[in-house]
Amino acid sequence: MQRGVKKTTLKLFLFAILMFGFGYAMVPLYDVFCDITGINGKTSRVVENKNQSNVVSDRWVKVKFDANINGNLPWRLKPQVRNMKVQPGKFYEATYIVENILDVDIVGQAIPSVSPQIASLYFKKSECFCFVNQLLKGYETKEMVVRFEVDKELPDDVTSLTLSYTFFRAKAGNS
Amino acid sequence: MSTLAHDDHHDHKPTGLKRWFFSTNHKDIGTLYLIFALVMFFVGGSMAMIIRAELFQPGLQFVDPQFYNSMVTVHALIMIFGAVMPAGVGLANWMIPLMVGAPDMALPRMNNMSFWILPFAFALLISTLFMEGGGPAGGWTMYPPLVLQTGNAFPFLIFAIHFLGVSSIMGAINIIATVFNMRAPGMTLMKMPLFVWTWVITSFLLIASLPVLAGGVTMLLTDKYFGTSFFDAAGGGDPVLFQHIFWFFGHPEVYILALPAFGIVSQVIPAFARKPLFGYASMVYATASIAILSFFVWAHHMFTVGLPIKGELFFMYATMLIAVPTGVKVFNWIATMWKGAMTFETPMLFSIAFVILFTIGGFSGLMLGITPVDFQYHDTYFVVAHFHYVLLTGAIFALMSAVYYWLPKWTGYMYDERLGKIHFWLSLISSNVLFFPQHFLGLAGMPRRIPDYNIQFADFNAISSIGGFAYGITQLLFVYIVIKCALGGKKAKPRVWEGAKGLEWTVPSPAPFHTFETPPKLTKEMLEH
Ligand code: HEM
Ligand SMILES: [Cu+2]
Repeated sequence: MQRGVKKTTLKLFLFAILMFGFGYAMVPLYDVFCDITGINGKTSRVVENKNQSNVVSDRWVKVKFDANINGNLPWRLKPQVRNMKVQPGKFYEATYIVENILDVDIVGQAIPSVSPQIASLYFKKSECFCFVNQLLKGYETKEMVVRFEVDKELPDDVTSLTLSYTFFRAKAGNS
Repeated sequence: MSTLAHDDHHDHKPTGLKRWFFSTNHKDIGTLYLIFALVMFFVGGSMAMIIRAELFQPGLQFVDPQFYNSMVTVHALIMIFGAVMPAGVGLANWMIPLMVGAPDMALPRMNNMSFWILPFAFALLISTLFMEGGGPAGGWTMYPPLVLQTGNAFPFLIFAIHFLGVSSIMGAINIIATVFNMRAPGMTLMKMPLFVWTWVITSFLLIASLPVLAGGVTMLLTDKYFGTSFFDAAGGGDPVLFQHIFWFFGHPEVYILALPAFGIVSQVIPAFARKPLFGYASMVYATASIAILSFFVWAHHMFTVGLPIKGELFFMYATMLIAVPTGVKVFNWIATMWKGAMTFETPMLFSIAFVILFTIGGFSGLMLGITPVDFQYHDTYFVVAHFHYVLLTGAIFALMSAVYYWLPKWTGYMYDERLGKIHFWLSLISSNVLFFPQHFLGLAGMPRRIPDYNIQFADFNAISSIGGFAYGITQLLFVYIVIKCALGGKKAKPRVWEGAKGLEWTVPSPAPFHTFETPPKLTKEMLEH
């Protein structure tokens, strides 16, 4: 084999392997990108500041609650109230009612999403049943709470937003 | 073939089965690729016939929906990875060494391997149709979570894709290594025939994009069997991520299918217009820009997944931008024909049809690239019409053109020109009857990938199916023409077409088993395009 051929071949194989790695690198890149832009409605978690000195804005925003169950999970999920009027800058609590309709214990995981997408950057949760896996015993019904705040910086043209949860069957080994 | 080898003094070749299984000769491997592609064209084609038979009338007639879906899925995979890509690689194997004055491909043994992986991979893929749970039926795009419901076929699908990827990457490396290292002295890069250029660029696309697909399908595999959650929302993943990975590969892939076709047409049109290719350098640069841009437009396949508005705009404008170099190429082909002394032999007919029909496909592509209207067109028959114009009347027509153009060089005999013309006209008419009505079906709202439809779509579907059957039968004529030409006919001269330029026409027809063992002395005339 000519020396030139060998060199070209090696370089190209290396390039192919790098591109295989790039495929995997797209996973964290995508997450970072979504975090920064809030594109896929993923919401962020904050530590609540108890002695808030900042004034609450006098704006009112409507928050609507939505609930879905993935097809693989024999549960029912519904929000206690369909919507709420909130003031940005103040913490609120909303409750969801979750029911297991089979007599077996099942672990589920709720995945939140906010729309419009832009609003997800300004929707902060200090406490949420979606932070961890949830176990429901056979036929058990539970109330689950989310504590949230809408940031005062929320753009003016957003007058209402939707918080949506989908409960999935938790994968073994995932939390 | 074994008897021939005896009275052959300077042209030694191995005999019998050994010649084909262990072949390291670029011409033999090229032939193997081309025959394999033709077989796959018919296997994938029979699946298309099943699809069109089912769609001939509304209601469910022949197959159950699950099987219908697996036909749609496997048809696409076979046509893309089994027919168009191997046919292109076959042509590259046969012609590139002849065109650049090299004795063989740079890596002959790897060449043998990259071919023989293919029959194995497709045996895996096709065997899934007979497995419990049926073949893969979630579409060739393999979107999760749907594709994860595939039965036992699932790992076979993934491994088949891995094999195909490995084969194509090895083929691509071989092509680049050949062109970069084995050109005859005097054959500078900007003197190479355009077909060679398009294949070099295609090879880079292959090496850059196929590993990403391999990674994506590996993630599917581990999601299903090893508890990872790349695309599983329950574990913090996101199914939309798969679409990004897939189309990061997928859009360059459509140019992997299209660029070699551009190369073929850029050889054929000057030969029959008896004029040099108009704007050679601009053709090279246009091809390279298309290739680079193709990595920045992928999300035009995903306008409806809920991208942020800025993303929609970016991908819309990038998509519009890619039409510019494509337009440059179309204008160059037309300018090459302008005031040329044209004759219309079969290769030229297929190439001219390519220019017109590929452009129609490009226009429907532009329509699809406009974000707001794609919300109407997405996942309808309009998309089906679009990609069949660029792939069937585009890529496949160009491949047909190439076969007619070089067949006399391969076999040493002229094909039957009258039959070739009949093949062309029947293909042209039937493919348009087949695909043109699908534009209207899509605009009227008929979704793709369904076995049944509302009766308002019945007439156009019936017309489309008739065109489909006619196109299918017509291709049997092609096989007859090729076999007839391989067996005998009028002897072909070394320069088969009087206007054809390039080194491949300086060797006898049929091209001897070994050519350019010592690098040819290139004259100025030999380097003309
Ligand atoms: C001017 C050039 C082109 C433009 C602007 C364009 C644009 C598009 C767009 C926007 C879509 C997505 C439509 C949808 O799903 O709603 C699409 C689909 C498609 N295009 Fe093109 N395209 C072009 C050229 C090509 C070429 C050259 C090929 C192949 C040779 C091709 C093959 C395909 C295929 C296979 C699909 C469907 C993929 C699937 O969903 O299964 N396109 N095109
Ligand atoms: Cu595309």
